[in-house]
Amino acid sequence: MARTALPGRLSPRLEWRVATLADFVDETATARTLLLDVPGWPGHLPGQHVDVRLTDEDGYSTQRSYSLAAPADGERVELTIQRVEDGEVSPYLADTLAVGDPIELRGPVGGWFLWHPSRTAPVLLVGGGSGIVPLMAMVRARRQARSRAPFRLIYSVRTPMDLIYASELRRSARDDGGLDITTVYTRSAPEAWPRPPGRLGLDDIERFGWPPQFEPTCFVCGPTGFVEHVATTLVHLGHDPRRIRTERFGPTGG
Amino acid sequence: MGIVSPGFRRKRRDDVRLPPGQYLTEDFPVLSAGPTPYVPLDRWEFTITSETGQSYQWSWDELQELPAEEPTVDIHCVTKWSKLETTWRGVSLDLLMEEVETTADFALVHCYGGYTTNLPLEDLLDGKAWVAYEFEGDELAPQHGGPARLLVPHLYFWKSAKWVRGIQLQEFDEPGFWESVGYHNYGDPWREQRYQGD
Repeated sequence: MARTALPGRLSPRLEWRVATLADFVDETATARTLLLDVPGWPGHLPGQHVDVRLTDEDGYSTQRSYSLAAPADGERVELTIQRVEDGEVSPYLADTLAVGDPIELRGPVGGWFLWHPSRTAPVLLVGGGSGIVPLMAMVRARRQARSRAPFRLIYSVRTPMDLIYASELRRSARDDGGLDITTVYTRSAPEAWPRPPGRLGLDDIERFGWPPQFEPTCFVCGPTGFVEHVATTLVHLGHDPRRIRTERFGPTGG
Repeated sequence: MGIVSPGFRRKRRDDVRLPPGQYLTEDFPVLSAGPTPYVPLDRWEFTITSETGQSYQWSWDELQELPAEEPTVDIHCVTKWSKLETTWRGVSLDLLMEEVETTADFALVHCYGGYTTNLPLEDLLDGKAWVAYEFEGDELAPQHGGPARLLVPHLYFWKSAKWVRGIQLQEFDEPGFWESVGYHNYGDPWREQRYQGD
């Protein structure tokens, strides 16, 4: 459990902290979850992210942003890194960083794309690929808070091999009351899957989401084209644009 | 200098035109807080309102008739990507502000879709800002802020408000959308003013 108050806003001064890799979990062939110990971590809300800074021996340093994958557990934070081919930072984080190694991070950052566990209104989560990461933080925070807020998650991936958090999502679909999960495959689906592979369409969003009259808060995260398509479809279906919150990442965001 | 991450090696070369912490990208990532608003050109308008309430308005056609400039500039997003030598076409704020009577020091930029961002008025003047409607020779795509966005390349790109619809001139500063949830009030990429307190 987070042991400190959860900030809805940034602290006035965001300090760089040294995080140490405590453990990792390989989620798919290209995604790895980093379990990091961050002394002094102030807690966060699901949907927020951190900035990571890497520095090499010559003093060159570079930064990237990564979504927090889970509610804070004391000073332990989780990031799930999708390896970007030819990326400068993600291959290092996903392959090279070893248990005990330090990286610098600061946060939490982000005051818009976030869900507060005290909210009771319906929520629609739509994730494409590694866009599931901040949405998973919301699913986990909901479970941790024993929230009964009605949640629907639509998760679009290319193939079953690309599913991040596959077994946990299966358990959640069974055990987390009031959480409905729909997986949409775009390239190839498991055998006997009820929906043929194909891009997430208006019919899917209408059928597996909430009607606009329920006034859900919609969180959409994924690659630019995916988010653009889903957000536009939601507006077309009658959802109020002010209740649609988006996070997009480009192919080089890595 | 930060602590060294064991085994981390740079893959990209330094470019003196890159502010600290930024990396170069060739494509054009999109970052927006919500859905893309689609604004029909016959309903598009751009309004500058002075601190006394006097307003100056341009329709799409009127904007197109104004002399345009084609700035080639580097742009820097707070999410760490930069693009070098991007070429735009649009109308300089100097021109739009020519007739506006004001002694205000601050500007609050309003957009279709409800986004806002604030900046000192002087950061919009003297050849530093445009209302841009073309990118690399094509009309500006909706996801990049089309039909028109503000272009203020010397600040982080969240100040270059997409889907711009007007500017409110004010005597007092008032934080916009990202600024009120913790982003830096000014946003100079060369000083890495990403968040409050930077």
